[in-house]
Amino acid sequence: MEMRRITTPLSDDVVGELKAGDKILLSGTIYTARDTAHKRFIDTLRAGGSLPFEIKGQVIYYCGPSPVLPGRAIGAAGPTTSGRMDVYTPTLLSLGLKGMIGKGKRSQAVKDAIVKHKAIYFGATGGAGALLSKAVLSYEVVAYEELGPEAVARLVVKDLPLFVINDIAGNDLYEMGMSGYRR
Amino acid sequence: MREVQADTVRDTVERLFIEANYDLPEDVIGRFKDALGEEESSVGREIIEELLLNARIARDERIPICQDTGLAILFMEIGQGVHITGGDLEEAVAEGVRRAYKKGYLRKSACDPFTRTNTGDNTPPILHVRIVPGERIRLIAMPKGGGSENYSEVRMLTPSDGAEGVKRFVLEMVQKAGPNPCPPITVGIGIGGNFETSALLSKEALMLPFGKRNDDPYLRDLELSILGEVNKLGIGPEGYGGSVTALDLHIKSRPCHIASLPVAVNIQCHAHRIKEASI
Repeated sequence: MEMRRITTPLSDDVVGELKAGDKILLSGTIYTARDTAHKRFIDTLRAGGSLPFEIKGQVIYYCGPSPVLPGRAIGAAGPTTSGRMDVYTPTLLSLGLKGMIGKGKRSQAVKDAIVKHKAIYFGATGGAGALLSKAVLSYEVVAYEELGPEAVARLVVKDLPLFVINDIAGNDLYEMGMSGYRR
Repeated sequence: MREVQADTVRDTVERLFIEANYDLPEDVIGRFKDALGEEESSVGREIIEELLLNARIARDERIPICQDTGLAILFMEIGQGVHITGGDLEEAVAEGVRRAYKKGYLRKSACDPFTRTNTGDNTPPILHVRIVPGERIRLIAMPKGGGSENYSEVRMLTPSDGAEGVKRFVLEMVQKAGPNPCPPITVGIGIGGNFETSALLSKEALMLPFGKRNDDPYLRDLELSILGEVNKLGIGPEGYGGSVTALDLHIKSRPCHIASLPVAVNIQCHAHRIKEASI
């Protein structure tokens, strides 16, 4: 399959060209955040505070890596199930979040927000944490260190292999893929 | 009577959880290779190739197979002729888990249900003990991730629901889970007993080897029938569409109350990590 290389931060033009089913290789800076970090983001915003990093144009990776291995940038680093973040996601998209990396289905509210705010949702191969870790060049905790594996970290990645799941036209790779093989 | 030191149990537990998280069992790898021949979707085959490569990288470069190194589930079969000495058995198991998750650079995923504060060492483990004849201890470590466990359920069906009701329940669960539990999945079905035994049976069903069919011809046919239906759902590897949604499906069953038909469905991700040892 043909692969396209893209780099963060993501522009509207690049996001607009991506279609559900495209295989891409992502490079640049991304941020890890999962369940508890998302809850804190929203609690912070509600209390009038600001997020621990500038979210505009950025990509969040739903990932809680295993501990950094000796001589490596990170431990295993695959995606967690994105759906648990759905209740928090539309708010982050309205603040300029451009991309999300995870695995699994999103709610209709998230898919609608992806279309509205011109964002993109990528799938990384769940359960391929060893393979995906090799695309990570650096790992640096930037917030909520006390959360351990759930801390927010800045990752620099090179050619992280991803599929486009939900695009700005409202397409969904899971629905497209399943309908072709349902008997 | 044979004496076994608690420290021996501790050290064995430590070794098993590290090995389970780095070395995918050969039969899982073999099942992936067979699935390559069965999968109709080219994207699906590409994903299975990635899973094979991931397992090879994990083994050769010593990186955990998946970052979700699971809650530590341990099944112990303790021979009734064994006397455990030199310490508290449950504490020995917990210490083995603690050491495995520290020394093995494994992720600590245990937390308080409401404050979500991490316990910091992946304890407490989930320990299932059975007393059996003999003078040996058999330990089976099965670290299991949250993504697949979240799509598991116990349901108290009524006797009139029968095998069709079981089938409907399983298909509903697999369909609802879709791509989320990291397919191709393995499905464990526990039928009978009561509320809690059905759940335990479903987990034990996951521990059966690939291709092992139930000895009871009725249940054997039911396994094959439900597996066939699951693989017609079209979910496929990672949910990107395909003909291999489940690698296998096992049923474990026992008698239940005349008023009940308890059924549990436990879903396992493709990274079916399991290691056993005997002391």
